[in-house]
Amino acid sequence: MAIRRGRGVAAINYPTGMNLGGDPTQALVHSTPTGNFMVTLSSVDLGQGMKQIMAQICAETIGVPTDRVVVDTADTDTGPHCMGTFASRGTHRAGNAVIQAAKEARQVMLEVAAEELEVNASDLETDGQGNILVKGAPQKSISIFDVALSAHFKRGRSISGRGMFLIPRSYPEKETGAMKPSTCYAHACTVAEVEVDDETGEVTVLTVKNVFEIGRALNPKMVEQQLVGGSWMGISHALYETTEPYYPNRDHGGTDFNQYLMPGPGDLAETEIIVLERPSADGPYGAKGPGEMCANPQIPAVANAVFDAVGVRIDTLPITPERILRALKAQAN
Amino acid sequence: MAKVPVQFTLNGSEKAEFIDSGTTLLNALRDKIGDTSPKGGCHQGTCGACSVIIDGELRLSCLTLAETCNGAAITTTSGLAEGGVLHPLQRAFLDAFATQCGFCTPGMIMAAKVLLDHTPNPSRDEVVEALSGNICRCTGYEPIIQAVLTAARANSQNAA
Repeated sequence: MAIRRGRGVAAINYPTGMNLGGDPTQALVHSTPTGNFMVTLSSVDLGQGMKQIMAQICAETIGVPTDRVVVDTADTDTGPHCMGTFASRGTHRAGNAVIQAAKEARQVMLEVAAEELEVNASDLETDGQGNILVKGAPQKSISIFDVALSAHFKRGRSISGRGMFLIPRSYPEKETGAMKPSTCYAHACTVAEVEVDDETGEVTVLTVKNVFEIGRALNPKMVEQQLVGGSWMGISHALYETTEPYYPNRDHGGTDFNQYLMPGPGDLAETEIIVLERPSADGPYGAKGPGEMCANPQIPAVANAVFDAVGVRIDTLPITPERILRALKAQAN
Repeated sequence: MAKVPVQFTLNGSEKAEFIDSGTTLLNALRDKIGDTSPKGGCHQGTCGACSVIIDGELRLSCLTLAETCNGAAITTTSGLAEGGVLHPLQRAFLDAFATQCGFCTPGMIMAAKVLLDHTPNPSRDEVVEALSGNICRCTGYEPIIQAVLTAARANSQNAA
C-alpha cells in the first residue's frame, strides 16, 4: 500500500456555440440625447463579464470610449432575441450582433455629423475620445455629444442600429453523416499531476498546467479570471461533483447543494494558465468562446493521471475513492 | 404574532425595528432594514454568503436570531467603504479580479476582515483557513486568497 504518483495529459477541440435549430442572437444599439450609446440584449451576464465585453465591442465599433456605452441585458419579454449564455457562445454570437448594430448606428452618426460639418460622411473619422473629425483636417471636428443633440432635436434622426448574428443549423449529409456543427473552435491542453493513495482511493491533484487557445482575448484580465476559475471547476467535475454521491442507492443521495461536494480553498492544486491568441475568422474582433470549454480538459487529464498512477481506467465521473478502490479490486482479481 | 423590538448598531448607526420573533438576523437586515449586502445562499450555515461581523466576531446571520443581537455592534460589507473610498479589502478584491457573479463576495470580505483584524500579516495557510467556511463557485478561490494577502500587505505598509 502506497501513495502513487501519476501524470496525465488531455487536449480538447471545443465548438463555440451550438447546432440545434440554428443559433441566433440579436442586438439593438441606440444613442441617448447626450451621445451615450445603449446596447440592448437578451443575453445574460452571469458574472463572466458579458456587459463589459459588449460595451468594449460596441465602443470599438462606433469609435467612442467604453464608458460611453451602457449595456442592458436579459429581459426576454422585451429585448431582442438571444438563445442564451451557455456553450461558450455569448461573446461570439452576441458580439457579432453588437458589431452589426453598432456599424449601422455609426453610419447614421457620421451622416448627421456630415450635415453639421457640411462635408461628406465618407470623409469623417472618429478619434475614439468622443469626437468626429474630418480626415486630414482634424481641426474641423464635432463632438459626438453635439451630434446626438443635433440628431435628436434638429435633424430628426435616430442614431441606432440593428444587429443579427445567425449560425444556421447544419444538417448531416445523408450518405456520410458529415456536418459542420460549429464555425469556430477553441482549443485547450492540460497536464495534471496527481497522487493516488491505493489504500484509501483518495486523489490529490498536485499541479494543473493548462494552455488555452481562445482566439483574441478581448479583455485579457477577464479571460484569465475565467480560465483560473474554469480550471478549478474542471478538477471539481473530475473528482468531486455529483448529485448521487452514495452509489448505488439513490435514496442515500444528496438532497441539496450542501451535499454537493466541491473543492474548497484548502484543496487547490498549483495551477498554471497560458493563453494563446489565434484570432478566429468569424469572431468579433477575433474572439472565440473561453467560457465553458476552459473547464473541460482537466477531466480527462486527471483520469489519465490516475491511470498512470495506479493502472486503472475510471470512465465514470466523478473519480471517487470508491470507484478507484473497486477498480483496483477488480484489477487484482 | 406579537412583534418584538430589536435595537443594535449597524455599521455605526443605530437601528431599531419591530420584528416577528424568530426572524433571522439575515432576514431582518435584508427585508426590514434594507441592507442587502449579506446574501442568503443555503440558509443552513454552510455556504458563508450571509457572514457578518457581530461585536468583532464572524457570524452567520442566517443562523443568528435578530432578537439575540440587542445592543450588539454589527458590521456588514456595505458599511466598509468610507466616504466613497473603498476599504482596502474591497479594493484588493477588485484589483485581483476576485469576484465574478459576486454572490459569495460580501461573505468572503467579512471573513477576510475578521482575519486581518486579528492577524494583520497572515500566512497563506491562515488565509485559506479563514476562508474555508465560505463557498465560491466561480473564481477557483486563488484570486480571493491573493486579494486577501494583497490587502494585508497594503495595511501593513500603511501602518509602517
